[in-house]
Amino acid sequence: MNTDSLGFIFLSSCLINNFVLAYFLGICPFLGVSGKYETATRMGIAVTFVMLVSSACSFVIHLILVRLGANYLQLVSYIAVIASTVQLVEMIMKKYSPALFRALGIFLPLITTNCAILGVALFQTNREYSFPQSLVFALGAGAGFTLALVLMAGIREELDLTEVPDLVQGTAMTLMVAGILSMAFMGFAGLGGS
Amino acid sequence: MSENADVFLKKLWEENPVFVQLLGMCPVLAVSNSVVNSLAMGLATTFVLICSSVLVSLLRNHIPKQVRIATFIMIIATFVTLVEYIIQAISLDIHKALGAFISLIVVNCIILGRAESFASKNPPGKAFVDAVGVGVGFTLAILSMGSIREVLGSGSFAGVDLFGAGYEPWIIMILPGGGFFVLGALLLAVNKINRSRKVKA
Repeated sequence: MNTDSLGFIFLSSCLINNFVLAYFLGICPFLGVSGKYETATRMGIAVTFVMLVSSACSFVIHLILVRLGANYLQLVSYIAVIASTVQLVEMIMKKYSPALFRALGIFLPLITTNCAILGVALFQTNREYSFPQSLVFALGAGAGFTLALVLMAGIREELDLTEVPDLVQGTAMTLMVAGILSMAFMGFAGLGGS
Repeated sequence: MSENADVFLKKLWEENPVFVQLLGMCPVLAVSNSVVNSLAMGLATTFVLICSSVLVSLLRNHIPKQVRIATFIMIIATFVTLVEYIIQAISLDIHKALGAFISLIVVNCIILGRAESFASKNPPGKAFVDAVGVGVGFTLAILSMGSIREVLGSGSFAGVDLFGAGYEPWIIMILPGGGFFVLGALLLAVNKINRSRKVKA
């Protein structure tokens, strides 16, 4: 398969190099918000949206910075874009969907420090993706993030009903489960190159 | 002086940013597949942490409350850019191995957390001690992860072969899945130690 084709980029960022389980990006919300199936889904959608917007913005910013020869400003400007996108999403959501806004609560501003989003912006710059490629890459990363979060939430809801040794409960347990999930995702490597 | 030492030790173990507060997990998992990588990451993060804590603390009376988070992130991003160029100058290999994860120090919640909850409320001296404690705690955590994973996964320590040619490396340990397992096991151990200490006291 052509590694530059849009379909492959989507598949690769979603499954083969899943952001959470292979690159370890966005671990904080992965551990923190994966307790309940419903919040996990919403968080996934919000993150995917912010990823798409910030990916488009950072593509344009990269072009401008290259023209100005000011590459050293890359990191500072990316993070500024992400912070303002999150702010924007927050305001839009507050106006049009107050219920969702309340449900996400504190997690919304925390998306700013979600490394998966900055990761998308940095990876697409490093790999010199074109504009449509960047968008598809962001979409795939978001879908992969949502998938990992929802899978984890499903497993954790089941675990709540079983008897687990006292000491193992909590994060240690979640990490072990994540390890097994990550091993399962390694199976997707068979689909094609890195 | 002894008060400072107390703060330092407390940050190092009882409030270890990784094992107890569960902050900054992303770099701990991602770059801990070898000793050299994890040491470089630990030192880089500590440097950024110390510089940004001291600067935030110096500016604490001049930053308006409404835009403080944005200001903190800008300060942190500046130091991270600096560190990225320093690492590139010292060793291209390490820069290549760590890749985007150097830039991702910006979104390490430990640094923003210290800026927001400690440095913005305390004088520079105190902020410095706090940052050093947290930084060393982080470095220790990531280094212990790196050591375990490299010894098990490639049978070597910092590139030096330990077991000879007969050793069959435990490959899974340097792959992503192994990172989760080792961190989970370490958390279990820390829980266990802290609990038995509490029972005694």
